[in-house]
Amino acid sequence: MSKHRPDYYGRPVIKQPVWKTEIGWYFFSGGLGGAAATLALVSRLAGRRGLARRATLVSALALSASPPLLIKDLGRPKRFLYMFRVLRPTSPMSIGSWMLGAAGTAAGAAAGSDLLDVAPVAGDTARTVAGLLGPAISTYTAVLISDTSVPVWHEARRELPLVFAAGSAASAGAAVWLAAPADERGPARRLAIAGSAGELVAAHRMESALGELGEPYRRGRPRRYARAARRALAGGAALMAAGRRRPMLGRMGAGLILAGTVCERFAILRAGNMSADDPRYTVDPQRERVAGRVTS
Amino acid sequence: MPGLGASFGRGGATTFQQDLANSDCIVIMGSNAAECHPVGFQFVMEAREKGAEVIHIDPRYTRTSAMSTHYLRLRAGSDIALLGGVINHILQNGLEFREYVKHYTNASVIIDDRFLDTEDLDGLFSGWDPSERRYDTTSWSYEDMQVSASAGEREQGGTMGEQAGHGGQGAALSHGEPPHEDPDLEHPRCVFQILKRHFSRYTPETVERLTGVPAAQVVWLAETLARNSGRERTAAFVYAVGWTQHTVGVQYIRAASIIQLLLGNVGRPGGGVMALRGHATIQGSTDIPTLYNILPGYIPMPHVHEDASLKRFLEVYSSYAGFWGHMPSYFISLLKAWWGEAATPENGFCFDRLPRISEDHSMYQIALGMREKTVKGLICAGQNPAVGSANAGLYRRAMADLEWLVVRDFVESETAAFWYDSQEIEDGDLRTEDIGTEVFFLPAAAQTEKSGSYTNTQRLVQWHHKAVEPRGDCRSELWFYYHLGRIIREKLAGSGEARDRGVLDLTWTYPTEGEIREPSAEAVLAEINGFGPDGKPVGAYTELKDDGSTSCGCWIYCGVYAGGENLAARRKPWTEQPAAAPEWGWAWPANRRILYNRASADRHGKPWSERKRWVWWDAGTGKWTGEDMPDFVVDMPPDYEPPDGARAEKALRGDKPFIMQGDGRGWLFAPSGLVDGPMPVHYEPDESPIENLLYGQRSNPVRQQLRRPRNPHNPAEGEQGADRFPYVLTTYRLTEHHTGGGMSRYVEHLAELQPALFCEVSPQLAAERGLANGGWATISTSRSEIEARVLVTDRMHPVTVDGRTLHQVGMPFHYGPRGFARGDTPNDLLAMVMDPNVHIQESKAATCNVRPGRRAAHRRRRGPEPGAG
Amino acid sequence: MARIETESWPATYDGAARERVGFFTDTSVCIGCKACEVACKEWNLLPEDGFVFTAESYDNTGALGSETWRHVAFIEQDVPLIETAGDGDDDGNPMRWLMSSDVCKHCTSAACLNVCPTGALFRTELGTVVVQDDICNGCGMCVPACPFGVIARRERDGDGRAWKCTLCYDRTKDGLTPACAAACPTESIQYGPLDELRERAAQRLQSVQQQGFAGARLYGEDPGDGVDGFGAFFLLLDEPQVYGLPPDPVDPTKRLGEMWGAAAAAGAALALGVAASLLGRRG
Repeated sequence: MSKHRPDYYGRPVIKQPVWKTEIGWYFFSGGLGGAAATLALVSRLAGRRGLARRATLVSALALSASPPLLIKDLGRPKRFLYMFRVLRPTSPMSIGSWMLGAAGTAAGAAAGSDLLDVAPVAGDTARTVAGLLGPAISTYTAVLISDTSVPVWHEARRELPLVFAAGSAASAGAAVWLAAPADERGPARRLAIAGSAGELVAAHRMESALGELGEPYRRGRPRRYARAARRALAGGAALMAAGRRRPMLGRMGAGLILAGTVCERFAILRAGNMSADDPRYTVDPQRERVAGRVTS
Repeated sequence: MPGLGASFGRGGATTFQQDLANSDCIVIMGSNAAECHPVGFQFVMEAREKGAEVIHIDPRYTRTSAMSTHYLRLRAGSDIALLGGVINHILQNGLEFREYVKHYTNASVIIDDRFLDTEDLDGLFSGWDPSERRYDTTSWSYEDMQVSASAGEREQGGTMGEQAGHGGQGAALSHGEPPHEDPDLEHPRCVFQILKRHFSRYTPETVERLTGVPAAQVVWLAETLARNSGRERTAAFVYAVGWTQHTVGVQYIRAASIIQLLLGNVGRPGGGVMALRGHATIQGSTDIPTLYNILPGYIPMPHVHEDASLKRFLEVYSSYAGFWGHMPSYFISLLKAWWGEAATPENGFCFDRLPRISEDHSMYQIALGMREKTVKGLICAGQNPAVGSANAGLYRRAMADLEWLVVRDFVESETAAFWYDSQEIEDGDLRTEDIGTEVFFLPAAAQTEKSGSYTNTQRLVQWHHKAVEPRGDCRSELWFYYHLGRIIREKLAGSGEARDRGVLDLTWTYPTEGEIREPSAEAVLAEINGFGPDGKPVGAYTELKDDGSTSCGCWIYCGVYAGGENLAARRKPWTEQPAAAPEWGWAWPANRRILYNRASADRHGKPWSERKRWVWWDAGTGKWTGEDMPDFVVDMPPDYEPPDGARAEKALRGDKPFIMQGDGRGWLFAPSGLVDGPMPVHYEPDESPIENLLYGQRSNPVRQQLRRPRNPHNPAEGEQGADRFPYVLTTYRLTEHHTGGGMSRYVEHLAELQPALFCEVSPQLAAERGLANGGWATISTSRSEIEARVLVTDRMHPVTVDGRTLHQVGMPFHYGPRGFARGDTPNDLLAMVMDPNVHIQESKAATCNVRPGRRAAHRRRRGPEPGAG
Repeated sequence: MARIETESWPATYDGAARERVGFFTDTSVCIGCKACEVACKEWNLLPEDGFVFTAESYDNTGALGSETWRHVAFIEQDVPLIETAGDGDDDGNPMRWLMSSDVCKHCTSAACLNVCPTGALFRTELGTVVVQDDICNGCGMCVPACPFGVIARRERDGDGRAWKCTLCYDRTKDGLTPACAAACPTESIQYGPLDELRERAAQRLQSVQQQGFAGARLYGEDPGDGVDGFGAFFLLLDEPQVYGLPPDPVDPTKRLGEMWGAAAAAGAALALGVAASLLGRRG
């Protein structure tokens, strides 16, 4: 018994997210696919057809891998089509589901047109649709997790989208580099390195902005994932730079960057679980807010 | 119930729960009302909201304490000391409601000069026979009153006083007054002075030493009660089994009754003694009793030795004065209800067909009889003694000694399954293949599958209607006993034996309904109500006759079917009725909601105050009237003086509200009716860690101990080995579970609320014994040891008793090995030791030891220790 | 074809909306009997969610969840219930036991409803928030969105859907009282039109404060709070976090503007970065 214990037997105030590993992989594949679709459109506009074909194929593969991951994570997978009963503007998941549906279909149509060498105009149109949606696909997932009461996500709502964007760029760059012939790889390499650097900066910025609420990134599993992500991205970027002349190093670097972006997404997910679990993270900032209002 | 009966005349709560909202001060003691009577507790909350003091006094801080304005912690088993302290403070400081006391109680009556008090005999009263271990109560009588005529006194036989304790009968009065009294309350042998002397040693300091309640709080309690009593204010007591489950349980209630009489709270709105009985209909189960020693309406069961003839029986048990003066009418109407045409004046209305009792045949004696194989068969209906009986382990073993056992329940309870699923089977002490008992498990219908009545704690009879047919083979009790009787009668048909007439001559035809031939419960209710000479339902017990022209299954229920209408089924909302809500259900007697309510008016029939008016005399109409049915002869004026030779209620004066009593008064001093004393005495529980600081006589001398090898007692303080069990043990209920658990542990969404047996200990005791919150503990007594989860809580603070720190360990008793919520059975720890008036076990105070960790896989049996007697 | 679903009760009901109803739970008169938990389970046929002895006072339920829609909390404290001047009525061990029946708040600005992609969560004509269990596909978005940790996904028996208190929609639709309120013996749980409850609560707070109950306060009665006022609000006797409740709950969707803005900026940065990557060596 205590006079004013600041929590209820140490129990969480909010509920932990129920999302499992499939969602971490989805953040990765969806982000990669969106950025790759953007690269496909931009390179097509710049006349780099070869690169555009590779990027389109990569985006189509990544985006088509995404729905099965999401569907598997549903509590009632057979009801996945219910995502399309309504469009709810206040729901990032609703908007995202529609966008993913559109972008995935478009990327697949563009890739099909490329591979089968048919309907080039339709293919290019589809590529354009996918490319325009690309940046949204790569960043809306940040909105999705920010739009919760999980402190480590919600309080990083201004910083998270850049983390997702940069990571998407890095992973798309790395994947397209692996898929593209040596003489087309330049943009992919630069995108991968810039994305990795951007990810490192953005992640650091996010954790700093969180202050004490960022503690989950410094403990346990989230810490291990975040550290692995940092090392993989830094090392991967360095190896990719060296990989311009030595493809072997480039391949290793690309692999590390891909691994690094995966790790960063799981760091974010696991940090969310930890943040939801400890009532302090929810209660302390709110008490300060209340106290602030009372005195002001 | 006998505590109330001996004090006021009827063994029932004097008021109704709704009335608590009218109280200015409610003392809840020996009760955990918020947890055990949660629905009725709303009226306590209403009182609190209106500014009433709500005082909870308990060894534990419970959910009731949490709702109270004040909480006092006392040592389990020391309640009489605290109540005695209150009585003493009232008497020493002149705080009593003088006018009420003088005229409405027996304060002025002078007692026989052979009477000696506990003050004289170091804890005993006069008349103690140590070889028989009982009191001869003749010296307790009023001076020069004809004691032999008073009912409830027995010259022989072992069961003295219970029936009379359900309503104290009286003796010959002269113009409504006892022969000797001192209206100024000064005579040294008048009840008032005897009371004062008796309680003089219950000073605040002494009470603190005994109970752990600080002296200042004792004074505060007495002052608060006194301040909230009198003309303008009333206080109420609320109690339950926290009082009755002691070897001096009946005297606990007597102590509260004395306080309420001294303060003038009985019969008044917001006052009285609210006995909270459990179950839906446990009041009904003593009104139309399943008890061996009383007949319906608290008429005594005849005894084999003395009650040879109807005439003699009626002589012994009728009262000269008061409504028990009409005992013959009630009794003969009962016999007519049972034997109908066969009961004639010539054959004494079949009186000799009634069974006779010869001794104590109560539940624990039956258990011992089972062990000794004198009881061969048992029908156990809606009860789970394998969990709920004190010394439950002994009871389970006793069942294995039966030839046959019938269990009726709607779950296969621990009692039904004892032969293959019990602690004894688990330990290997009993083996299924060696148990010779033939067990019949007959599924019972649930309350929604049958019609019938409940009589709740405020004597309110409420009808419940069948909602669905019972499934499969499930059948109601009514169906079972009716068809069992029918089949037995069929088998005995044509018998010429005299002994079979008792069964064959019973009135046993009731209309049956439906495919399963369910007897009509309403027909039974009509029979209970009774019929007049014209065959129509009787309207009131005053219409019953002793010439065989009327029948009535239970005189106190007479009127429930008046006019052929099932009054118990009335459901007029309280919003459409006056305060007492007389048209919701029907309360006995005669739909009176507050008993003895004539006492809510002064001697002249005027309410003591406008604020507390309830019933009053209307000189214009020549009738008593008010908010409630008057509990009085309705046209008897307040100044009525009985003429010579007047009998029954006519022998009582118009200013005597307690119309069931032989002298019309509330009894501060009970000259008859109770076997262990005319006034309460602080005795230590049978098992206690301290000596009795007040007297040489340690515990209730008349308590029933039933010492057997399997029913040993922990050594008392001062005896060898007493330090093995240094802690006070108390057991209790939780809201979430129901008694033996048959109705709650097998229901998932109840079981999950309290899924495991746990013990509650203070942080201090936890530290002393190394107990961890959420961990396990093993609790032991000389009977057994059990394991429980541990809940460490400040609600179990130690008490300081006689300068020593005393720890208390508490456990809810509901658990057994079956169902969804399982645990060891705390009743395995307790001994069969009972109050001598009502044979209720002492489950509220014992001694124990506790250690961390689970018990051994095979529980060690504890036999009698050397030196333990 | 799918429709665009925005929440603008009562407008969405086009005149068929009824008076908004809710709960006022006055914990100062809660006796901790758990009749509300049991009545809710019985009416809604909810399964048990574990036979676990928690050793957390008398609370073996733990929290609201998919199988528990009313949860009684128990908090033992060593402060007195009523602040008195010390009239010799205590033994020097002040104590109080707070009891409170928690429930879904049916927020005016309901995060769960706002983030639901299938339209399973909707606001009824009575202004209450209900999940349609024949539509929910268990995406789990509502679960971490709720600032109170109320709604949860049922994992047992392969169910997979989100469940929470319906404010007994099937009873209130027909003018009946919700099961918990009907069962509560002390009227701790009060049901009725929300504005009437808010008035009553304001008076009750005054009365409780006058009686000297320490720490009495209302929680969730203010339409200006972070969820625009609760549909089920409380009178508490201590700070919300003592009961496991958030002190200053906010519907996260109120800040969607910020979030999409940041996403748009990040998306633009991504597009620019991609475009910039085409500058430089080809291979």
